[in-house]
Amino acid sequence: MTAATAPIRAKRVMPGFTLSLGTTLLYLTFIVLIPVLALVLKGAEIGPARFWQIVSSPRAVAAFQVTLTAAVIATIFNAVYGLLMAWVLVRYEFRGKRILDALMDVPFALPTAVAGLSLTALFSANGWFGGVLEAAGLQVVYTIWGIALAMAFTSVPFVVRTVQPVLEDMDPALEQAAITLGARPWAIFTRVVFPAILPAWLAGCTTAFARSLGEFGAIVFIAGNLPGRTEIAALLAFIRLEEFDYNGAAAIALVLLGFALVLLVLSNLLQNWASKHREATR
Amino acid sequence: MSQTYLPGQTRQGERILIAIAVVLTLLFIVAPLAYIFVRAFSEGWRVYAQNILDPATLHAIWLTTMVAIIVVPVNVAFGVVAAWAVAKHRFPGRGILVTVIEIPFSISPIIAGICYLLLYGRQGLLGPWLQANDLQVMFALPGIVLVTMFVTAPFVAREVLPLMQAQGSEQEEAAVTLGASGWQVFRRVTLPNIRWALLYGAVLCTARAVGEFGGVSVVSGNIRGQTNTLPLHVELLFNDLNAVGAFAAASTLTLLAVVALILKAVLEGKRST
Repeated sequence: MTAATAPIRAKRVMPGFTLSLGTTLLYLTFIVLIPVLALVLKGAEIGPARFWQIVSSPRAVAAFQVTLTAAVIATIFNAVYGLLMAWVLVRYEFRGKRILDALMDVPFALPTAVAGLSLTALFSANGWFGGVLEAAGLQVVYTIWGIALAMAFTSVPFVVRTVQPVLEDMDPALEQAAITLGARPWAIFTRVVFPAILPAWLAGCTTAFARSLGEFGAIVFIAGNLPGRTEIAALLAFIRLEEFDYNGAAAIALVLLGFALVLLVLSNLLQNWASKHREATR
Repeated sequence: MSQTYLPGQTRQGERILIAIAVVLTLLFIVAPLAYIFVRAFSEGWRVYAQNILDPATLHAIWLTTMVAIIVVPVNVAFGVVAAWAVAKHRFPGRGILVTVIEIPFSISPIIAGICYLLLYGRQGLLGPWLQANDLQVMFALPGIVLVTMFVTAPFVAREVLPLMQAQGSEQEEAAVTLGASGWQVFRRVTLPNIRWALLYGAVLCTARAVGEFGGVSVVSGNIRGQTNTLPLHVELLFNDLNAVGAFAAASTLTLLAVVALILKAVLEGKRST
């Protein structure tokens, strides 16, 4: 019985299956999989003892600490600023709204090196902001604040663009019900709106955090790159390469890769939660 | 009193929130963008022109253009082919394939560069073989092109794939039944349906390819006047303490980014209609 239906089902109407899938697999294998495998193999070659020795060296630990601390600061800023932007862009009508919306994509479109160059000049002593801030006693350039600033700039669209569609989709009846019941605006936000956008907001923040951990171009300009103080992990890996210490570079890169993959899984779980949540609150 | 109190308060709250959003965006996004041009032209048009026409800068512009000319068509083709395979067919492992396509998005470009160096570098897996055959991949154009391909691989696929999936394949199936060849189906039926998304993906891919820094800085070797792409040249000028020159070089990239943003807005409008 199945033998009779099988040939009909197996016959493909759409042409080009073998060609398109074959080309895709071939390209991905050579461009993505084999290079990543080269890094993993290098890690295996180093061996656990040596790997641990490299990764737990004081300079590496300091680099990871600086990277994580700055990424946390940047993500906290983006969590607030990104949420505010998404809210304002979805809920209010005002002149220049479309321009403001388009500006949210600047950090994605602008090369990171250009962003780093401009932020560095802007916040150094003779720049527009640096003079004022340094008079107030806050040094941004060549400190962890500068690193966090560069990270925040390059990753802010992730939060805005993840929260925006969810806010647009929200059923206004929920809020209207809350207004009818006499809830104050702040209570409506914290009790009705925020729980609805929470999964998407967390997913956006996770992606922004992951991006911050891997950012390089914008940071090398502003960080000052002082080992142990303002040297990020990606830069330390880069320096190890320039010293032809491929083991050192590979070990640090593998730790960053591990972080990236864990955050990718976390962000996917949050996205799934968000889409289920969205169905439920529609 | 309560009647006027609540709406008045929210309208005022609205105005305050809009004002904070606009001011923060001006400081955080617009100022860095504007400052590039302010500094690039700070010593006048003549110096700006001199900086742009500097042979090393011109070479960097040329190299970056070359990289984009090679990488973007390849990744446009890859994006379409991958989307065709995933969206128009059912096969086991489709979900995994989509995840693999997205891998470059979650890997830091500097890690991508290290991966390529460990593969094609002198101490890399293929190093001895490449040397024996006198092939130079690292610290040369092929390495820069390969890393840029890695970093920008998902851009077109990500735009085209959801659209193809949403459109289904009834139109194509009808064309096949009427006797159209595979190529005819693609050109006459599929391509017109996805053209705006395709163009949109190509714009994003180009912007990213032109601006790639981390991965390229690992594999290029930063050889002045040879393997220096435009973003790397910006860094080089900055490290030379030639800030105005760095900003002039950066202004060309910024201009390109602004054009990409305008195209993006136009294409988004076209796509939604």
